[in-house]
Amino acid sequence: MANAVYGVILNFRAELALLGDQLYRDPYKKPPVAPVLYLRPQNTWNTSGSAIRMPTGANALKMAGTLGVVIGSGYVVVNDVSIPHASYYRPAIRQRCRDGFCVIGSQVAEREPREIRTFINGDLRCVASTADLVRPIDRLTADINEFLTLQPGDILLIGEPPDSPLATAGDRVRVEMDGVAPIENEVVAE
Amino acid sequence: MKTARVAYAGAIHYATEQNGCVRLTDGRVLGEDAVVWLPPVQTGTIFALGLNYADHARELAFKAPDEPLVFLKGPQSLCGHLGKTTRPRDVTYMHYECELAVVIGKTARRVTKADAYNYVAGYTVANDYAIRDYLENYYRPNFRVKSRDFATPLGPWLVDAGDVADPMNLQLRTLVNGTVTQEGNTRDMIFDIPALIAYLSEFMTLAPGDIILTGTPEGLADVKVGDEVIAEIEGIGSLKNTLIGETEDHTHVG
Repeated sequence: MANAVYGVILNFRAELALLGDQLYRDPYKKPPVAPVLYLRPQNTWNTSGSAIRMPTGANALKMAGTLGVVIGSGYVVVNDVSIPHASYYRPAIRQRCRDGFCVIGSQVAEREPREIRTFINGDLRCVASTADLVRPIDRLTADINEFLTLQPGDILLIGEPPDSPLATAGDRVRVEMDGVAPIENEVVAE
Repeated sequence: MKTARVAYAGAIHYATEQNGCVRLTDGRVLGEDAVVWLPPVQTGTIFALGLNYADHARELAFKAPDEPLVFLKGPQSLCGHLGKTTRPRDVTYMHYECELAVVIGKTARRVTKADAYNYVAGYTVANDYAIRDYLENYYRPNFRVKSRDFATPLGPWLVDAGDVADPMNLQLRTLVNGTVTQEGNTRDMIFDIPALIAYLSEFMTLAPGDIILTGTPEGLADVKVGDEVIAEIEGIGSLKNTLIGETEDHTHVG
């Protein structure tokens, strides 16, 4: 079991490009300098095959199929679920910290995969490449370790692909990468 | 009852307070300086509140928030009583924040305010240090400010909830090198303990060991390498921490 699971926002170059001039305006005022982290607390940890519960009041959930770097051991596939939110100003606790919103693959790959693929009801909807990161994995972990030492067994999610698809109740979501079993979950209404 | 976790003679012990000393479960009684103090609970999720005292929100020129400003901290951020916290070489403004920490005692989901205290195991003291130089406007307050290694002292004791008659009427204060620099009372929280438990448990499940740092009143000041900072809360405890520089040797050899 992991000690802590961290994610980072704005680590895909296309995400920053989409924000464009907004990065220089209120409330942000300037582009981020250090990695911007969030934590996936234990209540969010989920496994392949279990339901992803869509909270009452949400119409759809964002399915960020991404790579989890397991510090000291390898790579896992992760579906980092959130309620879509446009503002990055305040920590998105209500949008991210729902029970079961972080599906973590059980198999660890030894080699860094090139891409992570996200399917909704069997249709390929997103291909995320580790070549498109603002901070590649080594630089990301080094920059984080400047202030927060990642511990062996901690998992670091490398970012949310900018074209992460939405899913709603009844949809089946599969996230896969080479070398490990995929994770697959159904979204159900709470 | 007051309980602690300490390291002594190569092992980790649970301990209770006895006349200001530390009593291990096997009966040995030790002075405060004879043990290494660990955070008094093995924490699960660590929540913290920003701008939860009206006076502090004013001090930082913010209007009080409409809903709790919650952020999370990583487990490596904690250190125990009598611990040492690093002040980076390049910073100009690092301040303490004395906070009442609420420890959850049982699984909580959709708990009402009226029922919320039934889910509290106890209370301890936190010093939620922040380095304002590193504030950025993305998921603010960001982890570089608030989740730094060993920059959140916690302890010394976990005080049983049943021993705290009114957690919403406790004096807090911080002393830097013996001088009082911060004072407040938990009654001035914008979102009180029941409101925070109800708010969080409405959208997520809280587990035993989860901890909520409930925010800090006004009275922030920059602290420097070598300063001794004591965060204390009436009836809960007095939490001492010393600031060290980046290259300072942490050992006490020779």
